[in-house]
Amino acid sequence: MADADFEPRLVGFLCRWCSYTGADLAGMSRMEYPPNLAPIKVMCSGRVDPTFVVKAFRDGADGVLIAGCHPGDCHYSTGNYKAMRRYPLLLKLLEQFGIEKERVRLEWISASEGEKFAQVVAEFTETVRALGPLRWGERVGTTSKAGG
Amino acid sequence: MAKPKVAFYWCASCGGCEEAVVDLAENVLKVVEAVDIVLWPVALDFKLSDVKAWKPGEVAVAFINGSVRTSEHEMWVKLLREKCGLVVAFGSCAHLGGIPGLANCTTREDVFRNKYLESVTSDNPGKVLPKVKDVVEGFELELPEVWNTVKALDQVIDVDYYLPGCAPPPDLILKAIQAILSGDLPPRGSVLAPEKALCETCPRNDSKPEEFTITGFKRLADHAPDPEKCFLAEGFVCLGPVTRGGCGERCIRGNMPCRGCFGPTPEALDQGTKFLASLGGCTAAETPEEARALAETLTDPLGTLYRFSLPKSLLHRCAPPGKEVSP
Repeated sequence: MADADFEPRLVGFLCRWCSYTGADLAGMSRMEYPPNLAPIKVMCSGRVDPTFVVKAFRDGADGVLIAGCHPGDCHYSTGNYKAMRRYPLLLKLLEQFGIEKERVRLEWISASEGEKFAQVVAEFTETVRALGPLRWGERVGTTSKAGG
Repeated sequence: MAKPKVAFYWCASCGGCEEAVVDLAENVLKVVEAVDIVLWPVALDFKLSDVKAWKPGEVAVAFINGSVRTSEHEMWVKLLREKCGLVVAFGSCAHLGGIPGLANCTTREDVFRNKYLESVTSDNPGKVLPKVKDVVEGFELELPEVWNTVKALDQVIDVDYYLPGCAPPPDLILKAIQAILSGDLPPRGSVLAPEKALCETCPRNDSKPEEFTITGFKRLADHAPDPEKCFLAEGFVCLGPVTRGGCGERCIRGNMPCRGCFGPTPEALDQGTKFLASLGGCTAAETPEEARALAETLTDPLGTLYRFSLPKSLLHRCAPPGKEVSP
């Protein structure tokens, strides 16, 4: 599986109030972390429909990070609880499809935790690097009308 | 004036969709009065050569049911596409891949092994597996190739309209035929059914609680649902929130939760993950441990949430890590 040239492509759904601000802080503090994660700002981790996650995998992501406020700190009071409830259900479903559960990570990162953000991205990049590329679209690719 | 010509064809299907046409009852006479049925393998004898002799566009509409999973299905649907003005994917299998689409959880090899070698009902001492070519007594025989991946009709040919359901209910079939005959059709690519979720018209909608607090999922095998209460509130997986309505709530009236045969609502995109999204606000878990324990009670989410739609789901099929997947 180990591919010397493999650079994991990660998608991060970051809540606008805590985790995205935390990512901003990491940047403004000039912390170093791998450039593998493409951040997507969402209003709340509770807005992250599991459909977004499978769509990311289908369209080429090797790993997906969902990050929101710590429990109790949600700007909308309980949005992050929704994310927390969906997470194990999604992992169970993905494992049935053949997608390792380590490819999806849920983290609580506050606006002041720039350091935690950098550390999570660094760890996650290495976890997914070890798993290798997912290449879902290429491997499954049934969207074309070609028969067979 | 000559009556418009209509073709019915079946691919990987159970015959239930053919039954649905017969279920039009006396209305089938109106249909026969208005159109000429030029192909219907379940009921009438036609040959491939007859169909090949048709001029392109000569037949007004083909209703094709069943999922597409062999080279023979592919040949037929491509031929019908060429010869028919409109193609309607008829029923869940043609629309979404349907029940046969659950074969996408596994591989052709495993399906063959189970079906022809290991199942208790197969008697196959010579351990014969389907082959594409064989020679028997000097004659070379050919069989269609079975694909590794089951497909919905629009993953093989262009489809103009979809009639959902396992099987489509007679009122929707009749409406579709009338719309086609009168030319009063919605935009190409439409599903000929309402767009709202099943819950909108569910007879149990009034019993739906203000807030759902599911603590664990129940299976019909071990629990009998209350005949009047919202299934989901009781902890039974009911796909009503993410499934298109218009089915006549036949299952609900039979005390069966919705299994999703009408496919996702236009907004849902993917029935399974959309259902998981809806559960975010419906379960009572307050800690990650509780959420994990609750997930444990949902047996076989893939088979349950994509019972009819796996080939048309966003991920299409299972693909275990490190394994190559052939089409």
